[in-house]
Amino acid sequence: MPGAIRAEGLVKTFGDVRALDGVDLDVPEGTVLGLLGPNGAGKTTAVRCLTTLLRPDAGNAVVAGIDVLEDPDAVRHSIGLSGQFAAVDEYLTGRENLVMVGRLYQMGRRDAKARAAELLEQFHLTDAADRITKNYSGGMRRRLDLAAALVVRPPVMFMDEPTTGLDPRNRLQLWDVIKDLVSGGTTLLLTTQYLEEADHLAHDIAVVDHGRVIARGTSDELKARTGGERVEVIVRARELMPQAAAVLTRFGVGELATEDHTRRLTVPVSGGPKLLAEVIRELDSRGIELDDVGLRRPTLDDVFLSLTGHMAEATAAEEGSA
Amino acid sequence: MSVVTEAGTGGGEGRRPVTGRGGGVRQSWRDSLIVARRNLIRMTRIPEIVLFGLIQPVMFVVLFTYVFGGSLKVGGSTSAADYRNFLMAGIFAQTVTFATAGAGAGIAEDMHKGLIDRFRALPMARGAVLTGRTLADLVQTALTVIVLAAVALLLGWRVGTDGDTDAFRVAAGFGLLMLCGYAFTWIGALIGLSVRSPEAATNGGLIWLFPVTFISNAFVDPSNMTPWLRHIAEWNPFSAIVQACRVLWANPGQSVSDAWPMRHPVWASLVYSVAIIVIFRTLSVRKYRSATV
Repeated sequence: MPGAIRAEGLVKTFGDVRALDGVDLDVPEGTVLGLLGPNGAGKTTAVRCLTTLLRPDAGNAVVAGIDVLEDPDAVRHSIGLSGQFAAVDEYLTGRENLVMVGRLYQMGRRDAKARAAELLEQFHLTDAADRITKNYSGGMRRRLDLAAALVVRPPVMFMDEPTTGLDPRNRLQLWDVIKDLVSGGTTLLLTTQYLEEADHLAHDIAVVDHGRVIARGTSDELKARTGGERVEVIVRARELMPQAAAVLTRFGVGELATEDHTRRLTVPVSGGPKLLAEVIRELDSRGIELDDVGLRRPTLDDVFLSLTGHMAEATAAEEGSA
Repeated sequence: MSVVTEAGTGGGEGRRPVTGRGGGVRQSWRDSLIVARRNLIRMTRIPEIVLFGLIQPVMFVVLFTYVFGGSLKVGGSTSAADYRNFLMAGIFAQTVTFATAGAGAGIAEDMHKGLIDRFRALPMARGAVLTGRTLADLVQTALTVIVLAAVALLLGWRVGTDGDTDAFRVAAGFGLLMLCGYAFTWIGALIGLSVRSPEAATNGGLIWLFPVTFISNAFVDPSNMTPWLRHIAEWNPFSAIVQACRVLWANPGQSVSDAWPMRHPVWASLVYSVAIIVIFRTLSVRKYRSATV
């Protein structure tokens, strides 16, 4: 299986911090694995180990059929890496950047130039090709960074938080590019702190926290594990919350969650739309006015919360300020 | 493990070019030139850096010549012309060593911006990122030295004022300066890889150069220093290159001393420069391979 990524028992410590604490990963050829976790969970360290940038203290890894520790240089011929911050030279033009990367992948000058032109076209950068990248927008720079990772059409790609810091429009654009890439058969390992992104792009998801994979499966499997559907209600006024809570608890099959400032109450249920109708009737008969009501499936946020006991964003903020 | 062998044969077909393991002198040279080209293009896009690099030594020459020129004695002479002819070797040597700061800042910036990560994930020769940078700095140093020489000639600097010299010996002096400057950029490379920010690399790249260039024969005669300081000055690699230039250019103020580097300054400069390159290149390349921000 050329193109697969396989890691067993990766350990990496920085001083007292165990950034990776025995990580196993398996990405079959042509699939996308989303490595999901808050800042400091060990996602970037895992990518750095798999892309030969960092030598793990223990464990082994095979990328594109090549042992990462035994033959890192051969691995470098077969991978593309797109980083967290756009690693292009800001005083070179887009074209010069791509030609340089092509040459350093050991391509001939003519091939490197031809490939650069092709990629600029593909990523809608032809108009800006001969401007220095310092003047590119954030989205353009990200696209150029991604193009640089694709110069040799590597069978295996790594993207470390490809859309962090991008506005929604650019994020959607980049998602399309990534989906195209994957439909062409590229194996992709993608890290993200956006649950929505993993949900959208990845076939399989590995949830990482404190250097360990704490759960893995498809998005649907992870959601199923967290429990089925929930009824979510937003009441008109805060005074109505206790009454609404009493009703929901009666219909729910799990613990009720309330959020005072948004006047939101959520409870896991089983029974689908029929049950939702009953809930609405009951609330209505008691005169509890609603702003919004609905049945919804768990998001990956719920998954993360139930797995780690904290929200993904909360941890990120916590560690960001530490 | 069967996964390794099966996949190994499968993945090798057609996809991977049959280059060595990042080794080979040819690949190393080729990759270094690609990186050097990149750094030279950068210099043309940020001309102010090159410009400041030119202004600084010119300012030193003018200041030293007119401020100190009348007061300092060289070999018993108080003539301003003698001091000027004495001074230039020191200024040239100081100029080429200041390239250290540029190399350090450039490499630190590449680390900071994530470019080093990009390069390290590419199948390129190990030392090429650093060698390319030092080669580009060598070009800038050469440019600076040419401008400085022109200014010095305008201000009245002449070779052969204290003995005989010829075109070959003058050129040899400049050649030694280039070699010495190149060696010092490898010290800059190691500093750039070791600090956390480009600003720190600029400062860290410059601070230590002041004692190195001042505890020497560059601006004053070491024989007036306290004995322990004089020993340091006479064995300072920087003094060797200054002395070598004065000898080769037949300029005044050559140190009269029993210290080996002062008696054989050309050889001493060669030995010092090669030693610095070997030591700091080895350390830098090792550091580069495990570099993280």
